[in-house]
Amino acid sequence: MSELTRETLVLNMGPQHPATHGVLRLLLELEGEVILGTEPVIGYLHTGFEKEMETRTYHQNIVFPPRIEYLATFIEEQAYVLAVEKLLGIRAPKRAETIRLILAELSRIASHLVWLGTSAIDLNVSSVFMYCFRDREQILDMFEMVSGQRMMHGYFRIGGLQWDLPAGFTDHVRTFLDGFPASIDEFETLLTDNLIWRQRTEGVGVLTAEDALRYGCTGPVLRGSGVDYDVRKAFPYGGYEEYAFDVPLGEHGDSFDRYKIRLEEMRQSRRIILQALERLADGPIAVDDRKISLPPRPELVRSMEAVIHQFKLVSEGINPPVGEVYAAVESPRGEKGYYIVSDGSNRPTRVRVRAPSFSNLQALPVMVYRRTIADVVVVIASIDIVLGDVDR
Amino acid sequence: MTRDPVDILTQQLGATVLEQTRFRDELTLVLSTEGLLAALQAARAAGFSLLTDLTAVDRYPVTPRFEVVYHLTAPDARSRIRLKARIEETDAAVPSATLVWAGANWLEREVFDLYGIRFDGHPDLKRILMPDDWEGYPLRKDFPLTEEPVQFFGHTPKVPSEIIPKSPPKK
Repeated sequence: MSELTRETLVLNMGPQHPATHGVLRLLLELEGEVILGTEPVIGYLHTGFEKEMETRTYHQNIVFPPRIEYLATFIEEQAYVLAVEKLLGIRAPKRAETIRLILAELSRIASHLVWLGTSAIDLNVSSVFMYCFRDREQILDMFEMVSGQRMMHGYFRIGGLQWDLPAGFTDHVRTFLDGFPASIDEFETLLTDNLIWRQRTEGVGVLTAEDALRYGCTGPVLRGSGVDYDVRKAFPYGGYEEYAFDVPLGEHGDSFDRYKIRLEEMRQSRRIILQALERLADGPIAVDDRKISLPPRPELVRSMEAVIHQFKLVSEGINPPVGEVYAAVESPRGEKGYYIVSDGSNRPTRVRVRAPSFSNLQALPVMVYRRTIADVVVVIASIDIVLGDVDR
Repeated sequence: MTRDPVDILTQQLGATVLEQTRFRDELTLVLSTEGLLAALQAARAAGFSLLTDLTAVDRYPVTPRFEVVYHLTAPDARSRIRLKARIEETDAAVPSATLVWAGANWLEREVFDLYGIRFDGHPDLKRILMPDDWEGYPLRKDFPLTEEPVQFFGHTPKVPSEIIPKSPPKK
């Protein structure tokens, strides 16, 4: 190689690039086609959710979480609501918890389906994309049935749920879950034994367990590297301690391992939902504390006290005790946590959103070091970032 | 039988802990700025291998004004701990944790971007979420929030954050 060709080239990728799954800009330092340095430039979707949440009451804030991370909407709502419930020192009734768990696991399947479809289309397998969205559409229909919205639900409440499940919902879920294993097998026949898919993902984007921990990665990115850390098992929340499910682990930490893990997670989610449907018993769907959840409608016409509680809750909101809590859930991308500081008023002093995509994306330069540009596309897809979550 | 990393750490830090609180089963240790880096290194050695989160809180008008908050997780022992350091507004700076956890890099840039707290020893401390030429630090309590008024018919328009007023804090 002559002295002239040893010079590196800085190439700009994004921010509007179909393979970045959002608005992400990468500055790639290249020697020929080999990447020597990567600098992700983020912030294009920064909307100041944390600042906004400081200026709203605890109840008003429920609308923000699903907008931060718009693929696993119910899991986001669950994370925020659990954090406020921890601050208040309450736990939602059994039925509410079970419904939340069913919807959260359906969200996980929906999110993984979007991931699988879009990563497949990055590698030009457009048929898988269609099949994934076909299945995801069924899940969104069920979400619409429950909450009236396909994505920005606002269905969870502090201490419970907005209303009970509609009639026939569980039958819909069962019908979907009956056909779902065949769908996953279909994806596997199209991808797992596909020579091109394997060559493009195996050994690509390798992340060692040590690096994954150093960068604070969580979720399938961390488990792909063989570290057994799933928030649902490590710090069970919302009733997960009572359910039997396995946490799949990878061996090589490459993109193929992360793909296998997400497919297996969809199967495990199905297993959890089936158990939850069995256990779904009748009961209250919100805590019986008039300082936290609204009084039931029939009480309003009979009790003056109920009217006062209703008025206070709507016009002022919940006043939690002074303190600070951190509550985390396992989102499809990793550990999603809410850190809430309360000064005892009806608004939080500080809401911090611990975004899994933010930490996972930080490990990208390590994963693509000395690989080619074509591999960057595969690695970004395998991290499964949501830019709304990265930038908040 | 392995010991809980929380016990190892609290024992090791001993008197350097300025304040220790437990709320809703979460342990918080407040440390001095000088002892912070050593405490983070001790925490990592004790088994807290995952820096889950690094953030700050603006406690205006309380002094010292800022709190830098570290959430640490030990994935094997399944325990968590929260470490804090309180700093004044003038010359707000803490030592950088990037040498302990590489992942602290972006998190510290975010705190610098939104609170204006500097991290001594950070390799590349610059704005991350806001535009490079932005003035001010948006998450500080004295940074105004720009809002568009909501039009209610028959009422004077209100900005969203004033529709339900803030109730007075307790204490």
